[in-house]
Amino acid sequence: MSILVQSNTKVLVQGITGSFGAKHAQLSLDYGTRIVAGVTPGKGGQQFEHNGHKVPIFDTVADAVRETGATASAVFVPPPFAADAILEGADAGLSLVVAITEGIPVNDMIRVKRAMEGKSTRLVGPNCPGVVTPGEGRDSQGGCRIGIAPGYIHKKGHIGVVSRSGTLTYEAVFQLTARGVGQSTCVGIGGDPVNGTSHLDVIRMFMADPETHGIIMIGEIGGSAEEEAAEWIARNGTKPVAGFIAGATAPPGRRMGHAGAIVSGGKGTAKAKIDAFRMAGIGISPTPSDMAATLLKMM
Amino acid sequence: MNIHEYQAKQLLKQFGVAVPSGDPCKTLAEVRAAAERLFASGHTLAVVKSQIHAGGRGKGTFKHGFQGGVKLARSVDEVVAFAENMLGKLLVTKQTGPEGRQVQTLLVAAAETIKKEFYIAVLLDREKSRPVIMASTEGGVDIEEVAEKSPEKILKEWVDPAVGLQAFQCRKIASGLGLKGDLFNAACKLVAGVYKTWWECDASMVEINPLCIVEGPGGKESIMAVDAKIGLDDNALYRHKDIQEMRDLAEESPLEVEASKFNLNYIKLDGNIACLVNGAGLAMATMDIIQHFGGSPANFLDVGGGASKDQVSAAFKIILGDPGVKGILVNIFGGIMDCNVIATGIVAAVRETGLKLPLVVRLEGNNVLAGKQTLKDSALALISGDSMADAARKVVAAVNTH
Repeated sequence: MSILVQSNTKVLVQGITGSFGAKHAQLSLDYGTRIVAGVTPGKGGQQFEHNGHKVPIFDTVADAVRETGATASAVFVPPPFAADAILEGADAGLSLVVAITEGIPVNDMIRVKRAMEGKSTRLVGPNCPGVVTPGEGRDSQGGCRIGIAPGYIHKKGHIGVVSRSGTLTYEAVFQLTARGVGQSTCVGIGGDPVNGTSHLDVIRMFMADPETHGIIMIGEIGGSAEEEAAEWIARNGTKPVAGFIAGATAPPGRRMGHAGAIVSGGKGTAKAKIDAFRMAGIGISPTPSDMAATLLKMM
Repeated sequence: MNIHEYQAKQLLKQFGVAVPSGDPCKTLAEVRAAAERLFASGHTLAVVKSQIHAGGRGKGTFKHGFQGGVKLARSVDEVVAFAENMLGKLLVTKQTGPEGRQVQTLLVAAAETIKKEFYIAVLLDREKSRPVIMASTEGGVDIEEVAEKSPEKILKEWVDPAVGLQAFQCRKIASGLGLKGDLFNAACKLVAGVYKTWWECDASMVEINPLCIVEGPGGKESIMAVDAKIGLDDNALYRHKDIQEMRDLAEESPLEVEASKFNLNYIKLDGNIACLVNGAGLAMATMDIIQHFGGSPANFLDVGGGASKDQVSAAFKIILGDPGVKGILVNIFGGIMDCNVIATGIVAAVRETGLKLPLVVRLEGNNVLAGKQTLKDSALALISGDSMADAARKVVAAVNTH
């Protein structure tokens, strides 16, 4: 098993005809992911073709779900329309919506998060690299890749990775794979201050997943999601967790690339997060180069 | 994006929040005209406030020795005399750094007779993913200190985005601040206006400190925003053309302004090792690892996931625009992006800028072998790093011996 998605998960892509969405739909098809539908309003009835794959395009997510049985979606819709696209996915009853889009206004996400309360749809992101469950094939092909992560750096195995940052996720995955250690699922939860799935949500899923034997949790300055996850791990953790926090050198009050990566009013510092990790028995990776090594030492 | 106090007050006023009367002035002639209007309308005391994006203005010192970035004046001539010492001059406060900030605009406003000071702010509660209104009877002081020492003195009211701010919530706050009668009703209206400013402008923060009960002519009391600070959500600026025009490039570091033209995310720091990285998290982590090995990062620079040759070239020029830089670390994890494109961009940029400083390059990912070959074939004096740690150690060593 794995979390969130399996190699047979049927995926649709919202915004499949845009350049960014198209490119990553192609890479996911090459990876062996079951991309069963695309959604672009006004282009329903057309087809998205790539390397012999013919993916039908629909005007609405509801149509795509009804016709193809897709249960998960990747949102590549531009920021002004992304909130609407996420809610359309939830309305269509998808079990997972992964929002890749960067730059969605915070107030839009506040409304989206409120509207999704009590619904069965899980939102991952926005402003995230997505979710990968590696497959059995060469370079982990045959897995489920939703989003923009490089598939080939993965390897099927038993480590769960969760992070707010895309490139730091890749760094961790690369370090694991280079040591011959595979991953169950890798989840980028995104760098925005309001997101659908938290560190804690993913950690709980990994702890409950029998195929996941150890976890790398990567955080960064801003907010208190890492502390919240650490507190839970301290009480309920049953598997080794290694962690890294980025931004120890970031000046307070400045937004470090990610909208959510900001120390404000003395809150959200790297030190507070690292202290919380330490209290929870999470292995602290002293540098971003040591994430895999820190976890493997604990296992 | 941050805006000036006078701009924040303009926005608040649009949403029904009372502010002291006054005008922004960019010239001495405008200052005189504004002061004349104030004193002619019956005010007996004016305040001259330096408009810069930094706190601690009142206690600041101008570089030419003049004390105070906020001054009280009793006549038109006194206002103008202060303005002569402030307009166009460099103001140093605890937040500007030693180089100070040039004052290009003064807010000349009525100095109200303050009877009591409160605090009110609206911001995002990240844990709850909802806006929160925070109010306190402890106004005019550092609110973080209040939160630390007497958190019970801070009232919090969360707003459900499905229904918006309710009138009863405004009443709870007005009551919590101990207001009665006309002031109670005025405060309810003000709280609604402050929240509306936050929501309608897509602000990240609206802070009024102090919010004051002031005594007008004839002893009539009213409530108004005597100081105001607003930060905006950059992601939402596209739908606020009027607010976009409030951006003051003079308040931003010239290198950061230049970087934004190329869609590069650059933040200047005080160290001497520059870094060029793809991805915000990796860029922060690169700064951290430089410090871990005893160096000091000169900047944050995220070239993004799809950096072009032109962006890499622009990034090098921006990095080298900082005279404090003594070495450069390039850290690219090209998951999807082709490492060879980056390598070609680096070689072109090094040739174009005639770089003499030590340059350590760590490339990993897609087509990395071709990228490394390109760097090698260039015969440039680059140092190659195998991992982040290896690259960071090498750049720190190179800067220390250069």
